[in-house]
Amino acid sequence: MSLLEAGNVSKSFGGILALDACSITVEQGSITGLIGPNGSGKTTLFNVMTGYETVDQGSIHFDGKPITNLAPDRVFELGIGRTFQLTRIFPRLTVLENMHVAAQRQGIKALLSRWSLSHEQQRALELLDFVGITQLKDVPAANLSYGQKKLLEFAYILIAEPRVILLDEPAGGVNPTMINHLAERIRTLNKNGVTFLVVEHNMEFVMGLCSTVMVMHRGSKIAEGTPEQVRKNPAVLEAYLGD
Amino acid sequence: MVKKIGLVALLAVFIIFPQVFSNPAVTTIAVFTLLYATATTAWNIFSGYTGYIALGHAAFFGIGSYALAIMCKEWQIPGGYIPFLLVPLAGIIAAAFSVLIGWISLRTRKHTFVVITIAIFFIMQPMAFNLRSITNGSVGMSLPIPIGWGGVFFNMPFYYVALALLLLAIGVSWSIRNSKFGLGLLAIRDDEDRALGLGVKTGPSKLIAFVISAFFVGMVGAVHAYFLESIYPAFAFDPLFDIALALMGFLGGLGTLAGPILGALILEPAQQYFTMQFSQNGYYLIVYGGMFLTIILLLPEGIIPTLNKYWLKWRANRGGRTDPGEPVLSGDGGSKDGMKS
Repeated sequence: MSLLEAGNVSKSFGGILALDACSITVEQGSITGLIGPNGSGKTTLFNVMTGYETVDQGSIHFDGKPITNLAPDRVFELGIGRTFQLTRIFPRLTVLENMHVAAQRQGIKALLSRWSLSHEQQRALELLDFVGITQLKDVPAANLSYGQKKLLEFAYILIAEPRVILLDEPAGGVNPTMINHLAERIRTLNKNGVTFLVVEHNMEFVMGLCSTVMVMHRGSKIAEGTPEQVRKNPAVLEAYLGD
Repeated sequence: MVKKIGLVALLAVFIIFPQVFSNPAVTTIAVFTLLYATATTAWNIFSGYTGYIALGHAAFFGIGSYALAIMCKEWQIPGGYIPFLLVPLAGIIAAAFSVLIGWISLRTRKHTFVVITIAIFFIMQPMAFNLRSITNGSVGMSLPIPIGWGGVFFNMPFYYVALALLLLAIGVSWSIRNSKFGLGLLAIRDDEDRALGLGVKTGPSKLIAFVISAFFVGMVGAVHAYFLESIYPAFAFDPLFDIALALMGFLGGLGTLAGPILGALILEPAQQYFTMQFSQNGYYLIVYGGMFLTIILLLPEGIIPTLNKYWLKWRANRGGRTDPGEPVLSGDGGSKDGMKS
């Protein structure tokens, strides 16, 4: 069953068509890879699926329900979390405070209660432990290294317990040890039922992690299949090497 | 524990102060200082926490002033303690205006927002001049004079009312700083779109913080008006008030709890003192400006964050850190861009 679905989505910026009738489906419980040359529209697709950009045409469905052009806070509440290519953490908040931003709860009483006494505190500490940055909890997030910021962004998404997580280049600029560490965490979460859609240029990472890989070129999907199938697909080779 | 004793001692000093230094010249400065500390603390709840620098809060100060003056006139309230009871009502009236003003101005961000708040302020001042049937125009309005509060005693009720307002504002600011709501405001300051993408209700959060700050500034305006016993459009809606709040906030440290209070405690007495000393020739403005320049150049982040940084550095150098992680603390504190937003 498809959990997240984009149907014929188009989006242009000025005269540039970033997405051209693009359709993809992400199966429930999968780790799906999304690859493609620079400028092929991967990040734009992430943006329209998470409400950061509106679509010009087409529709987005999550769990069978339309979420086209919903505001980002609503999309997040429905259970779609994402990270950014260039991490977007809150630099002047401490690591632990960062964790609690995503743990927003409805209702005035919950909002006015002290975040440090909330029942999410235990969970926030567990998740920091899960990604391995507990010792940095009281440090301003600006002081983290690049890789640690990626781990923090990953961890604070998890506190809201999303059903699907969109990762935009999680391995970019991260050292090999950290990449393995991250892949392991993704597999663990996937076993517990979290679906992943991963944009990544590191082919080894994608091919090792994903069951299905989709390839984008010039704003639409040109191929889909297992890592082996995609690797041999002439259209994919053309897209990466051709012109 | 040490911190608690320190705070109680500090509070005791504030309570005893006018009894020890009862000279009206001193207590007058003290009343103004407490009022500015309250207003800056309230302004910081919005501008400090969200990073949206509002330069139009004088509008709420003026609305609070006129609200109290008009209520006293219409209901023929005599001088004494009763006008103090109407101060919260003046605050609510200012807050009601702020809902509309905030709803309009918060559609914009960053620099545009600053310009919009200034523009709205400059709409209010001519209105106070020209809506003569309500405000009495440039003639101004007078407030009831408390009969029998002569000499040394006159400033006392104002001092304690201002102190109560300040304590209330600090309490509200503290609980917001430690709440999930406050965390959402700080997240807006750092990356508003990301905060929205993590479920923070950014629009309502900003508006609520704006209205809370306007409520307190309105009350400060009301007490200020009653203290001076008369108001005029040019003084009730004074652009220097906006500058003062921003200066005090920046000096002490934007977005911190103690910063705005410290900023007001330093700048307001200094300004009052210089006004008294050099008022004939206007030199006080030069002294005031020069002092401000010096502080901003030496302490660009404000006093509290700078002290905090030195304190952390000192502790780290003593080997007090118990951080087994990688050497990650090489980066800058990240709050340097606090001045820009």
